Amino acid sequence: MSEPLALSGAPDEPSPTRGVRTFPTAAASLGRRRAFTEAMAAWTLAGPAVCFLLVLFFLPVIGVFVIALTDWQFGARTLSFVGLANFREVFADDGFRTSLLNTVIYVLIVVPGTLIPGLLIALLIESGKSCRSFYRAIHFLPFMATLTAMAIAWEALLHPTIGLVNQTLAAIGLPTANWLRDENTALPVLAVIGVWQNLGYAMVLFLAGLKSIPQDLYDAADVDGADLWLDQLRTVTLPMLGPVSMFIVIVIALRAFEAFDTIQILTQGGPGHASEVLLYTLYRESFVYLRTGYGAAVAVVFLAIVVTLTLVQARLMDRKVHYQ
Amino acid sequence: MSANTHSHRLLPPAAILRQAVLLVTGALILVPFVWMVSLSIKPPGEIFRTSFSFWPAQFYGVENYTRALTQAPLPRYMGNGLIVCAMILALQIFVCAPCAYALAKLRFPGRDLLFGMVLIGLLLPHQVLSLPLFILAYQLGILNTYAALIFPYVVSPFGIFLFRQFFKTIPDDVVHAARLDGLSEIAIVWKIMVPMALPAVIAFSIFSVVGHWNDLFWPLIAVRDQSLMPPPLGIMAFKNEEAGNDYGPLMAASTLVVVPLVIAFLAAQRWFVEGLTGGAVK
Repeated sequence: MSEPLALSGAPDEPSPTRGVRTFPTAAASLGRRRAFTEAMAAWTLAGPAVCFLLVLFFLPVIGVFVIALTDWQFGARTLSFVGLANFREVFADDGFRTSLLNTVIYVLIVVPGTLIPGLLIALLIESGKSCRSFYRAIHFLPFMATLTAMAIAWEALLHPTIGLVNQTLAAIGLPTANWLRDENTALPVLAVIGVWQNLGYAMVLFLAGLKSIPQDLYDAADVDGADLWLDQLRTVTLPMLGPVSMFIVIVIALRAFEAFDTIQILTQGGPGHASEVLLYTLYRESFVYLRTGYGAAVAVVFLAIVVTLTLVQARLMDRKVHYQ
Repeated sequence: MSANTHSHRLLPPAAILRQAVLLVTGALILVPFVWMVSLSIKPPGEIFRTSFSFWPAQFYGVENYTRALTQAPLPRYMGNGLIVCAMILALQIFVCAPCAYALAKLRFPGRDLLFGMVLIGLLLPHQVLSLPLFILAYQLGILNTYAALIFPYVVSPFGIFLFRQFFKTIPDDVVHAARLDGLSEIAIVWKIMVPMALPAVIAFSIFSVVGHWNDLFWPLIAVRDQSLMPPPLGIMAFKNEEAGNDYGPLMAASTLVVVPLVIAFLAAQRWFVEGLTGGAVK
């Protein structure tokens, strides 16, 4: 795939080429030639990446919009523009509205459920010196463990008769449930698994935020008489974590919007549509039912949500930089 | 780092409380892992008898793991995962590093436009692109091959972004000196920049390998043959075949899929945390 590049190794040797000769001064022509050589080298180096970015990112994005605005079906030879008909169909569909609502509920459980314990655990880890990396490792483990495999472990835990969860609840006299087959519990239980998976990620981001708080502020707080850990937490740590926290909210929300593996393995969106979320709808409509236009319209809605959140995040990142 | 000196003031009771709380939350986090390993060494009879004990009365690990390795083509799945992750990572570094060098160290018309393209690429969730990429793979006739699993990830906007950030911190003098030594631009990328940016390369490698080893969404779309499935898809197929009744071998298979990354993570914890959060923290 790669041709070895013989470019620009020697921009300092003035060997005149076509076009260069006509320039009045040697210095100017040398400068132009050097700039031209550098530009050629740059585009050659970036060439493969540019081609793949166009074919694998930009073309597909345009493709999604085109499919969403036409009546094209997979395998069809012709297509005609139907305007927003696919979007009208999507938004008129109860299944999609349920899916959108479920996604919002899922995100609204996962974000605070991840953030608050994540912050508390990060504060606890930072408040002492011993076993820091040990605790960090344990809490971070679910984030990088293969979620498909862990979903299978969760299914065993949640099994109605032999699962550890119901055994424990029964042993201490609490009501049990068929967690993944009950339409009232399926979505919240999936959200709990989402919390379990992302908690360590939020914790690590908070730890990074805590480390970036300047020591001077704690010294100043000491002088002002805030020498108890709790006082410092209230007057220094939490206010200084503000911008970082907003950023973590968005990062976790983005991850929650992209939940798929646990739904595919554990509930397949069921029972009924009780645990169907946006990405699962996208997958099923596009690749199982082969409803191409509908699937593309769902993809566009999903893209709009994710892009909005990411742009808000980028704004926050800018603000964060200015603070420092 | 220095921000932590305020913490030495924890009184002994508070220090004990800290340890106690963290041990409890840590134990809760580990429950699914522990239960998975426990079921993977229990015989069917004990799995279906309610019991809280981690260790089985009759050790059945050998049978369960043997069945996981023979009944499902688990070694094949793991091999597929290894091939796909290695190919993706090699191609990503091969494509991204020269582009990142051009963006970081060379001046050329269209540089801002190219960097804008990278940022837009960063913004796009891959699942949105799956339908056109599926059609593209179909047109190319590569559905249900290794190529289908690999091609969408040949270029990584995050990789370009990360390498560019790191290359920018390398002084221009290093590049000038290399040019005076007669190195071509491409030689500067591979002989000077990439070795100097080793921390970024390691961080990106972990990010890429963990992401693609764990990915279920795209393999689910791209391949049908069991012989091509990466571990997450393979284990899903195994679960569906077993109809969820044969927990022992299924849990053994899950354990085997999770173990390589867990061991690598415990061995290089700092690198993993950096690799998986680098994009977010920086």
